[in-house]
Formats: sequence, C-alpha cells, structure tokens
Amino acid sequence: MKSAVVLLPGLNRDRDMIAALTKISGTAPVTVWQTDTEIPDVDLIAIPGGFSFGDYLRCGAIAARMPVMRAVAEKAAKGVQVVGVCNGFQILVEAGLLPGALMRNASLKFVCREVKLEIANANTAFTRNYAAGQIIRCPVAHHDGNYFADPETLARIEGEGQVVVRYAEGTNPNGSINDIAGIINDKGNVLGLMPHPENLIEAAHGGDDGRALFESALGLPKAA
Amino acid sequence: MPVIKARVTVTLKNGVLDPQGKAIEHALDGLGFGGVGSVRQGKVFDVEIDGADKAKAEADLNAMCEKLLANTVIENYAVEIA
Repeated sequence: MKSAVVLLPGLNRDRDMIAALTKISGTAPVTVWQTDTEIPDVDLIAIPGGFSFGDYLRCGAIAARMPVMRAVAEKAAKGVQVVGVCNGFQILVEAGLLPGALMRNASLKFVCREVKLEIANANTAFTRNYAAGQIIRCPVAHHDGNYFADPETLARIEGEGQVVVRYAEGTNPNGSINDIAGIINDKGNVLGLMPHPENLIEAAHGGDDGRALFESALGLPKAA
Repeated sequence: MPVIKARVTVTLKNGVLDPQGKAIEHALDGLGFGGVGSVRQGKVFDVEIDGADKAKAEADLNAMCEKLLANTVIENYAVEIA
C-alpha cells in the first residue's frame, strides 16, 4: 500500500511518521513539499505534527493555505484517505476539511504525556482493526488541542459517529469539548487527531497501541 | 501611489471559551485592579493597501478575513478604514 507524507516548514514529527509508515507498510512513503501542486497516486496521505510556520496567526492557518493543501483537498474529494496528526489535525480544520477548531489548551500549558483513548467509532477506515469502546494508550504533545465546535456542528458530528476517538478515564489533557481527541469527515476518509499514534507502534516505543490505526488505513489485516 | 490604511480586529465569538483572556483577568485582579468583569483577548492587524478605492479595499479586506485573518468558526472580525 502506498502512502505520502506532507512536508511543511516547521513540522518536526515528519520523520516519525515516515518511519512508522515505512515499518508498517513495508514501503517508504513518498514525500510532498508545501509548494507541490500534485500528489502521486497513493492510498493514504499523512500530515504530521509539529509547528508549521511557527504557529503564526493560528496553528495550521498558514500551512492550510499552501498549494499542497489544495492538492490534498482534491485527493480527499476523490476519496483518498487522509490522516492529520496534531499540527496535521490543526491544518485539516484550518483547511476546512474537518469541522470545528482547535484552540489553546484550557490549562494554557503545553502538554506532553500519555493519555488513554477510547475508540468511539470502530466502524471507520482508520479504526476497523480496533474494537468499539476499546481503550488504548497514546502519547500527546501539544499546546493547542482544545477542540471546539458550535452546538449545531457538535450535535451533527456526534450524531453521525464522526467522533472517532475520545480521551478516556479522565485523561483529557486540553479541555476539548466532549473529550474529543479525533474526528472524521462526513465521507469517512479524512481523519484528524491530536494524539500521536505513530509514536506507539512497536515494542521499542513501549507499546504498539497506535499501530492498528495505520494498519486499518493501509488496508492491512489486524495484527495477531 | 496613494495608500489606504486599514485596521482589522479579530475577536473570539461569544460563547467561545478564552482561557488566555481568563488568565489575564486573574493577573489584573492580582495586580489590584478590582472590578474587572471580564477580559477577552483578540488580534489587531494594521494593513496598508495600495490605491485609493476604499470600497474595493474594504471588499478585499473582508475577503482576507474570511480566507485567512479570522477563523470564522470561532472568531468575528471587523474592518475599519482610516
């Protein structure tokens, strides 16, 4: 299965994402630069975490207006799977590919720790290798992960099963409304989440709870 | 070349929690400024636009707000031309 990783100045989790996709898919992802207007034919496009454009204006705001994001939107409209992690999630909401907004953490502090996540919807292309309601471990590292949506949007995404992962067991690190950690678009092919599943894919990471997300997205069978 | 000077103010919508504003509010209270009911933090952009057509400048600035300067999910904006 082929994948692509979007590169933008200021991202710093791109190498982690490339390493994770290489290990899980067996093939190195292609990389696309911010000025690229075309993305090769791939099954999955990943937008990694970091601090694109120094978080100037709003996190992800400048990145979302770069040419490569128009190419991502075109691919997404054709049904290609897109996952944005952390800053990648912020970029997807700024680009209008996902509803809502990500605001400064309620604590005003940068949080770098492990949280528990509940798989709130296991019936998506990204979570089908998990069980509904399953609790997994996952690292987070962000300053602006406080998910917000107006009541109408929130009711819609909750009603449509678009909330895919929630912070569980009192580990909400940022004040996100309804403990929302990750959401999917209405077509079910664009996922954004603040936690970093790419940083928990093998024993050397201290666990592999995040691996099934990429295996799901890459169409790989559930690991034994 | 004439220049139009404009100021764009971006503020959080009502009902959107503003933890930074809250922290500033508490800090003001700590400094002894009693009676501060609430503080909401926003952004100001001073923009210079070449030309003299104020109507066009205003339309352009509104478009800039919609496309980039404000996130209309959480923010309101106001354009003021000098």
